[in-house]
Amino acid sequence: MSRTRLEGTTDLPVLMPAADRLAARAQAERHLGGPALRLSLLHGCALALLIAVWAGAVWAQDTVAGEVRPGVFAALWQWLPVLLGGFVFNVGISIMAMGIGTVTGTALGILQVSKIRPLRSSSWLVTQFFRNAPWLVLLFYCMFLMPFEFTVLGVTIPFPDWVKAVIGLALPVMANVSEIVRGAIQSIPSGQWEAARSLAFSRRQILFEIILPQCVKRMLPPWMNLYAILTMATVLASVVGVSEVMTLTQRALAAESRTDLLVPFYGFVMLLFFVYCYPIARYTQKLELRYAVK
Amino acid sequence: MLEISEWFRVLAETSGINLTIVYDAYDRERMVRGFFNTILLSGICLVLSIVIGVVGAWLQGSSLKWTRRIVSGYIQLFRNTPPLVQMYFFFFALGALMPRMQNEWGIMEPILSNWHWAIISLSFFAGAFNVEIFRSGIEAVPKATVEAAKSLGYTRLQAYRHVVLPLALRVCLPALNNNLVNLVKTTTLAYAIAVPEMLYVANQIWSDSLNVPEMMTFLLFAYVGLLALLVWVMNRWERSLRLPGFGS
Repeated sequence: MSRTRLEGTTDLPVLMPAADRLAARAQAERHLGGPALRLSLLHGCALALLIAVWAGAVWAQDTVAGEVRPGVFAALWQWLPVLLGGFVFNVGISIMAMGIGTVTGTALGILQVSKIRPLRSSSWLVTQFFRNAPWLVLLFYCMFLMPFEFTVLGVTIPFPDWVKAVIGLALPVMANVSEIVRGAIQSIPSGQWEAARSLAFSRRQILFEIILPQCVKRMLPPWMNLYAILTMATVLASVVGVSEVMTLTQRALAAESRTDLLVPFYGFVMLLFFVYCYPIARYTQKLELRYAVK
Repeated sequence: MLEISEWFRVLAETSGINLTIVYDAYDRERMVRGFFNTILLSGICLVLSIVIGVVGAWLQGSSLKWTRRIVSGYIQLFRNTPPLVQMYFFFFALGALMPRMQNEWGIMEPILSNWHWAIISLSFFAGAFNVEIFRSGIEAVPKATVEAAKSLGYTRLQAYRHVVLPLALRVCLPALNNNLVNLVKTTTLAYAIAVPEMLYVANQIWSDSLNVPEMMTFLLFAYVGLLALLVWVMNRWERSLRLPGFGS
């Protein structure tokens, strides 16, 4: 990839402002070591507009109702700590599931390119099985078929439902990471394997010291994409009774029992996820463009 | 048939593997209906999401700035929020605002049932991905081909229908397959708003017959089997549509 050097000085004064900005941006990116995340003013405006329209609608509804009761915003404000706490829990679940899924999935993906045939085919089977099973069904599976506590050597280890949810979500993540790793390993030109072999590297050395370090770059965009999908899937845990943001929203709505709160509360949950996942999606796109092999 | 069901009844009595869906006529009928509901739900959403994808991709190529912006806003919104929250938003929030009307037994009922909302939300969810997929396919069609079609007097719509789309379809078929498989998996979410699809029915059965592990395992294998079938059909289709010189 050739990187043109951008200077702040040019003979054409018309180009200067953009060139300045580009140079500053390139400098910042060099400093960061990657493309910087940029949410432009336009995105902010769009979000602000969305909220304004929504607020307007809510305001209109409230005045029509004509009763004395806390406004929609007051109600939302009142429940905000609960909902945000729930959302943080969601994020926590997603990070833990991603961690477990990445570690096991990488191992499974490496096994998928193993020289030993039974190992290769069985890891392929496991990957395909968990990739093709619906997330919700896997979650149900873990939820209902795992004990709520383990007794090891007389010590009782509790196994709360959120741990089971983490495992249930980690299984499909594992299968997807496995495919990502396999795809990345196979996308490295086979000439590199041969070159490394001719330099007397062992298979293990080739894999861990030559192939995998190159794979990291290629795996990053799909891995981040998967993380966004996983974050959105954490809501599924509400179906099996983990008290994350969706469960808490429904409880809050049940406690308030007001129909005019339905749209704002569910909309707020959507907004939370959007605000968390959209930057990830944008950044993934940027990385994909940057690492695209032409 | 009778022997098989008897065998499963004996199996339940002797080993405790209680597959009521084989020997119990009531459970069997429920499960079959659930299975076909899943297929029906997937089929309808599949078709609608593809329609949304095709139309959306066409609108995204429009020369009007705001049309493009609205379509990409729709894509970003539906791609970056959880499908379950979308479904809840549609069913509980928007569904509560819908007018009600009398059904044939004289009971007031919302115009759109949980079935309708499941179809709407799943189609919009999968459609958002399909727009992106079709757009990437359309971008892969050489510009010269479109220009040639234009110079032969095709209008924009005609060129899109007869020239661009058939080529784009072949380019984006692998990605489309992935998304459609994902859609079939996502139909399990309809469980959350009580659409009687396979997961919901399985849940009812294991609540009645207390055979959670058996039903779970059956469910897992049923879905994997269903999806394997879909993947196989789509791969066959992909191969039969292949044009020499397009794709790898």
